[in-house]
Amino acid sequence: MTEGIITAAYIIASVLFILGLAGLSRQESARRGNIYAMIGMLIAIVATILASQVTSYAVIFSTMIVGIFIGLYVARKIEMTGMPQLVAMLHSFVGLAAVLIGFATYIDPASHYEGVAKTIHDVEIYLGVFIGAVTFTGSLIAFGKLQGVIDGKPLLLPAKHWLNLSMILLSVLLLFIFVDAQSISSGITPLIIMTIIAFVFGVHMVMSVGGADMPVVVSMLNSYSGWAAAATGFMLSNDLLIITGALVGSSGAILSYIMCRAMNRSFISVIAGGFGASEGMAVAKTTGDEEQGEVISITTADTAMLFAEAKNVVIVPGYGMAVARAQHIVSEIVKKLQGQGVNVRFAIHPVAGRLPGHMNVLLAEAKVAYDIVLEMDEINEDFPKTDVVLVIGANDIVNPGALDDPTSPIAGMPVLEVWDATHVIVMKRSMAAGYSGIDNPLFYKENTKLLFGDAKESVEGILSEL
Amino acid sequence: MSLKIGVPKEVHEGENRVAATPETTKWLKELGFSVSIESGAGKNAYFSDDSYKEMGVEIVKDTKKLWSQSDIILKVRSPELNPFLAVHEVDLMEEGTHLISFIWPSINPELMQMLVDKKATVLAMDSIPRISRAQKYDALSSMANIAGYRAVIEAANCFGRFFTGQMTAAGKVPPAKVLVIGAGVAGLAAIATAASLGAIVRAFDTRPEVSEQIESLGAEFLWIETDEDGSGTDGYAKTMSPEFIKAEMELFARQAMEVDIIITTALIPGKKAPELITAGMIESMREGSIVVDLAAEQGGNCTLTEPGKVLVRHGVTLIGYTDMPSRLPSQSSQLYGTNLRYLLSDMCKNKDGQIFVDMEDDVMRGATVIKEGEITWPPPAPKVQAIARPPKLAVKSPPIAEKSIAKVQEKKSSGWMSVAFMFIVAILLAALGRVAPPDFMADLTVFVLGCFVGYYVVWNVTPALHTPLMSVTNAISGIIVLGALLQVSNELSGTVVVLSAIAVFVATINISGGFFVTQRMLKMFQQPDRGAK
Repeated sequence: MTEGIITAAYIIASVLFILGLAGLSRQESARRGNIYAMIGMLIAIVATILASQVTSYAVIFSTMIVGIFIGLYVARKIEMTGMPQLVAMLHSFVGLAAVLIGFATYIDPASHYEGVAKTIHDVEIYLGVFIGAVTFTGSLIAFGKLQGVIDGKPLLLPAKHWLNLSMILLSVLLLFIFVDAQSISSGITPLIIMTIIAFVFGVHMVMSVGGADMPVVVSMLNSYSGWAAAATGFMLSNDLLIITGALVGSSGAILSYIMCRAMNRSFISVIAGGFGASEGMAVAKTTGDEEQGEVISITTADTAMLFAEAKNVVIVPGYGMAVARAQHIVSEIVKKLQGQGVNVRFAIHPVAGRLPGHMNVLLAEAKVAYDIVLEMDEINEDFPKTDVVLVIGANDIVNPGALDDPTSPIAGMPVLEVWDATHVIVMKRSMAAGYSGIDNPLFYKENTKLLFGDAKESVEGILSEL
Repeated sequence: MSLKIGVPKEVHEGENRVAATPETTKWLKELGFSVSIESGAGKNAYFSDDSYKEMGVEIVKDTKKLWSQSDIILKVRSPELNPFLAVHEVDLMEEGTHLISFIWPSINPELMQMLVDKKATVLAMDSIPRISRAQKYDALSSMANIAGYRAVIEAANCFGRFFTGQMTAAGKVPPAKVLVIGAGVAGLAAIATAASLGAIVRAFDTRPEVSEQIESLGAEFLWIETDEDGSGTDGYAKTMSPEFIKAEMELFARQAMEVDIIITTALIPGKKAPELITAGMIESMREGSIVVDLAAEQGGNCTLTEPGKVLVRHGVTLIGYTDMPSRLPSQSSQLYGTNLRYLLSDMCKNKDGQIFVDMEDDVMRGATVIKEGEITWPPPAPKVQAIARPPKLAVKSPPIAEKSIAKVQEKKSSGWMSVAFMFIVAILLAALGRVAPPDFMADLTVFVLGCFVGYYVVWNVTPALHTPLMSVTNAISGIIVLGALLQVSNELSGTVVVLSAIAVFVATINISGGFFVTQRMLKMFQQPDRGAK
């Protein structure tokens, strides 16, 4: 296949990728978009395999077929509650691939570059490997944290900012040594040392981020995996890789930005990490002094009664619902209430869960129609007209302190104003503070009642009482 | 020696209320006071002498004896000439007695002087500051609540139709349209009552922060576009500018032609009630319409109403009763009595039948208009604002407009910055272009354009699909497999082949896993018609 035809195939593939992302703007067109992207990928891969310099078909087909089946198996088996883990794991693969390709390109004896071109090519390799390595270990740690293998609490090393800074400086220093190297054998050492530093950097970066900040981290790693692909594209002078990498990179960056905005925090402060363990605790004490009234608990039977009498019900799901895998029973409750003529809707905070849009996926899995699942901005004004709000496993996203307490660590974060409803029922395991370690004045409000216990058991109780 | 509380019969014509009910006297006795009541005082409020007696209250037949024996007099109306004895009630008091009742010191200077001469200590229920702590003894609010309710009932009584819309076998009945002007306590009570009867209720107030309360009661908030905020620090409305009033009058004129019932509750403290409904507006109303003017006593919001009377003008019934609370005597006596009971229990913290007027306390200070013969009215301004202002001014203009204004300003201020930034980037690019080979610059072009395309495409993604977005971008970032594919056939280095083969393997897992899990997720997003029965 000639160069020209391959380039044509790449153009078609890039257009299909863009159409694929554009299709996600609406639920109706989303599946078609995904199929476009699949076709684009197929065209790109087939065209590449047919390129003249690709000859070892045996290796390609054996690895790819095994890879496809593993991917299919994982995609089929994964529970929707486990989506964050899966996404994190897949990011790590892209990172690993970028590292491997970077090394392969560097040691490829066939490549010849001179002068500025060599410098630029070396820098491209170096950057590609660096970003890939950070993505690889960062995603592995994120996977471990989401899976519960690694403790979700932020790791706070002393002088951690200095540690990060010195690792970056060291990497920059190694870049100069690497670019200066005249032969592959003398350049490979700084490259390997840098890769190890980048591995450590990725581990440390994600280790120091708290559980509630995971949506930001996962979107950030998403972005990195894109930049890694783009850097690989630069080193191979492959336009399709560059375009795709840029698309993915900016997509992840936008998601990180949206998540940060939803928490009213700067990107830097999330990455700097340690939220909820240091400042959170200290402030919780000072804010918790005055109006800390008593909490009123409620039984599942009384909750069901409130539901039955209500006209407007809003359910606010949080990570707790995902952990308890309660979405199917919640969906049953919704169907039952709808059958009784109750207007039931869901309110989704942008950072609910551990992945952007995580709650939407869980509810979709439980066959909740997406037109009753609303974003924060769409539903916040409706709370005063709502009879009952049910908060399932969410805490900080319904904390009134964010709006009226300027000393609160989450002050200024947009939250779901559930307290304007007539009744608020909060499902909780115990009276412990949320991930950010901040006390929630919502629990002490007069119209708030707490339903203690495991979320799944509680919703099962409500369903049987209805 | 515990103090004696005396509750005389109200002598004002048509006054049916009484300052203590059997239930509230029970509480007063628990505070350690001894309580006596004038025979027949509760009769018009449907509380018999016997029902008081059961609570251990002494019934006193002789009016003069009751006044002279009591240390604390509890009354509803301010003291006036007793028409049966032809003696002013103040003259019946002993020197140094405590009096708790409505006083209206600003319009009753003579009464104030008489009380000063008696060296009395007077707590005016109308002077209690309107702060949230004082709500439990805020008799004006209790009475206004009743007045608002009764205003709707009186209107319904004169109105020839249903309030609620109905579809009957005999035809369709349209719902009544009610306009409530002024959303204070009385206005809100009127809104709630009219809405619960099924009417379509609209309400107007000069204070934007009450819109939530209005809407929570099921009424529509009518608003005039302006920057002016009508709330004063004392919890009442303040006088508005002429432009505002003009716009307001236009609004009322339009509404008058549409609605069936207008209930006006607009009062600004210490001032004559503003005239809001003109004779012309009354004329424009449909025949059979009703206007209830709750401000009739202070001059009226409606030009044509007369205090205490029901008139029909231009076919419109104008209700100007000034005694709405007294028309619900049991209820109003119960609430007023409870307000007094809370006030007394705060003055008698030890429950020993003694009282202490604490002039340090904002509420007590405000209520006390005469202290042992010294006039202490008007009080200094209260320290606490009556109604907490909402933190954002989102009520008057839609928030989007505000946001866009903020954005425009932001852009203005950062305009130079971004120009400078672009300039620097351009210089850097030019510098790079000088040294870099053309191939690299071509790649860079593709990269920059790719970033911009990604930026605009991704902002259009609905937030509900952010997880599928991540998994699909994840899958397409597996395009990195191309790099590995191109290297896997390297004939010169076995290491390159191995590295590339591993890269092909993991990237393929990424591609197939990413695409299939996305497809699986997207399948779950259901069509609304299938999901919601």
